[in-house]
Amino acid sequence: MSQTPETTNARADFEPFIQIKDNYNFWYGSTQVLFDMNLDIPEKQVTAFIGPSGCGKSTLLRSINRMNDLIEGIHHTGDITIADQSIYDPSLEVISLRKRIGMVFQKYNPFPKSIYENIVFSLRIAGRNKKSELDEVVERSLRGAALWDEVKDRLHESALSMSGGQMQRLCIARAIANNPEVILMDEPCSALDPIATGKVEELIHELKKDYTIVIVTHNMQQAARVSDRTAFFYLGKLIEYDVTDNIFMKPSNEQTEAYVSGRFG
Amino acid sequence: MPKSQHSFTSIRPKGEALVWFTGMGLSVGILLIIGLLGIILKNGLSMFWPDTIYEVQLVEGSTAGPRNGQNFAGAIALERHKRLQEATNAGLTSEFQFFAGNKDAYGQMYHYVDADQIVTDATGEPLFTPASGILQLERIEFGDALGFPLEIQLADGTTITEPEALKAALFKTIEESNERLETYTKIEKKQIGRINSKMESIRLEQRALREELGEAAAETSPQIQELNEQQAALQAQYTELAAEARELRERRHQDSLLLRLATGEERRISFENITQAHFPNEMSLPGKVGFFLKQIWRFMSEAPREANTEGGIFPAIFGTFVMTLLMSLAVMPFGVVAAIYLREYATQGVIVRAVRISVNNLAGVPSIVYGVFGLGFFVYVLGGSIDELFFSHKLPTATFGTGGVLWASLTLALMTVPVVIVATEEALSAVPRGMREAALACGASKWQAIQRIVLPASAPGILTGLILAMARGAGEVAPLMLVGVVKLAPSLPLDGEFPFVHLDRKFMHLGFHIYDLAFQSPDSDAAKPMVFATTLLLIVLVIVLNLSAITIRNHLRKKYKGDTF
Repeated sequence: MSQTPETTNARADFEPFIQIKDNYNFWYGSTQVLFDMNLDIPEKQVTAFIGPSGCGKSTLLRSINRMNDLIEGIHHTGDITIADQSIYDPSLEVISLRKRIGMVFQKYNPFPKSIYENIVFSLRIAGRNKKSELDEVVERSLRGAALWDEVKDRLHESALSMSGGQMQRLCIARAIANNPEVILMDEPCSALDPIATGKVEELIHELKKDYTIVIVTHNMQQAARVSDRTAFFYLGKLIEYDVTDNIFMKPSNEQTEAYVSGRFG
Repeated sequence: MPKSQHSFTSIRPKGEALVWFTGMGLSVGILLIIGLLGIILKNGLSMFWPDTIYEVQLVEGSTAGPRNGQNFAGAIALERHKRLQEATNAGLTSEFQFFAGNKDAYGQMYHYVDADQIVTDATGEPLFTPASGILQLERIEFGDALGFPLEIQLADGTTITEPEALKAALFKTIEESNERLETYTKIEKKQIGRINSKMESIRLEQRALREELGEAAAETSPQIQELNEQQAALQAQYTELAAEARELRERRHQDSLLLRLATGEERRISFENITQAHFPNEMSLPGKVGFFLKQIWRFMSEAPREANTEGGIFPAIFGTFVMTLLMSLAVMPFGVVAAIYLREYATQGVIVRAVRISVNNLAGVPSIVYGVFGLGFFVYVLGGSIDELFFSHKLPTATFGTGGVLWASLTLALMTVPVVIVATEEALSAVPRGMREAALACGASKWQAIQRIVLPASAPGILTGLILAMARGAGEVAPLMLVGVVKLAPSLPLDGEFPFVHLDRKFMHLGFHIYDLAFQSPDSDAAKPMVFATTLLLIVLVIVLNLSAITIRNHLRKKYKGDTF
């Protein structure tokens, strides 16, 4: 099925959880940005998407929870499945799809509400308002995002009073509040300082015990540190996809090697 | 670089002239605002200050002033240069305007007197001596009276002439008289008013029954009999209350004060005509300040008298306030909902662009056009239909089919809705994209994201739009004249009578009140200070409304503040 020979060697050894298949193509209006993608993402591991700006890695990430639907004039061919269910299945509502997928954005974007309300937002919109349940979710999510000890005494203060790193971890806590199966991270550390970045990376290590994580990053060291598998994209095409160590130590494609060794991009 | 050129550029750096130019623009703006406020403040507030009353002595043979040449007493209202008409005596001379009051005696309250008609002192300046012991009376009719009190005659026959006792009795009698006024006004307005409205509903019931049963059968029916009995009982109550009120009125009428005017004659004034008295020339500074504050309060809290040239403007303040509030209640949801659809749901294309341009243009349509629309649509079509459907028993008297505070508010709401739509659209588009995406990524539907995240975050911007709308709406006069504003409204749009909010009532409005005072007043000299005082209050009201909206906005801003705004 795969058109790109480099990806085949990385396939057989695991059961795919998210599958991008049937030569997934994607257009913004008449501009094609993704070409013939086929990619299998394993469960409860960290998969990193790397590549130079404009290579389509963010577009692919945002296709997984159909955030691209917000843009007018998009269309695609091919399919994406999560646990063998197509995300484009007409019987599947996009809202219920997004409830199964948490997302963390490049720029931390807490709501202008209290810390507490930020986390329980996804529960409240689902009509779950029982206080004991919400309290429990807040504590679990904040502990999960390694933020509990720092903010447990000021849960009802504005989320905007926190530091940047704390806000990003709050966004992670918000993403895991609803117990999703997948967490998508779109350059989660690009707006953070090195110390905050370190904390978030540590957190990703913890989170992969429970969640399937897909992370887009510009920072190759970060991809090397946090991910189990890495996909390299260039000009809308998947160039190489393999276990992270292979991508960085012995890439089989010249472009990949040029990119990871810093010769372009 | 040559030295001269260097020094030249250091004196006048490039672009500096334009900086001065922009600064000048700002200064002109600030000067205009200060000038405007200053003039309104000075003219408006001077109305409340107790001016010194001077004795004015005219030169032999002068025919100036009241009564053609008699000496009189008055306050200086204006002093100005007068350009003489005669070419022979070309030059400038001064002219005074005096407030002499006593309209009933002199025919008018203000008199112009040339400076050369007034007896001068040794230095050649006009001689003014404060009139000692002069009393200024504020009256219900004929404006203020100025004069020296001679005696008080009470209803029980006592007369008081001794100056000190007279002074005490004067203030005491005014107080008693005002209490009596309050009592019988309460009886007439509240108790008799209640009886009248009951009688009116009985009359309508009788009419309905007569129509239902037929004239002949109705006379003998038990229902009509019962209604007749109720009517008789109410009539008896009415007679009793009316007698009580009449007695109080009579008593006020009989107490009287004898006043000698500065022009010599004596006048008897009944206490029913006096609302307040003060001795302007014997007041200390704190006394004057107290009087000043009291006058401001009375101006704000009392109803107008004498074709609006006397008394206060409370109904106009209240009318403006209620109308602006109703307008805001109507325009807010309407404008915000429209903007949400335009910005969030409508497919951005040619049609939406056309709608947006139309909305922007609507903001520029002259307000009188909205007044005509309000009259044609709200009053005639909507009001007429409501009357036919729900108030047919009162026809041909219109209830909603005539101008009223509801139609006025809706007309202004329509006029200001473009402002709210434009501001709301801007506020919505200023909400960071990331915040919407975060909400959607959490599994929110589009409406949930708008309702829970986008709207609260854009609330400050939406409120800014409302503030602009309120400022425009509160000051608008032209459309209101067509849809419900009146010179004098008998009752307020909000009172203690069921159903409390009377949306069908006509109302008074500060803006229209200014117009009315300035152009429709029988005595333009007397109306002038009222015009400025009312303008001042209109400005204050708009500022108060805006400040409260700004306070709410700042509160919201603090709540939602973040580095993304």
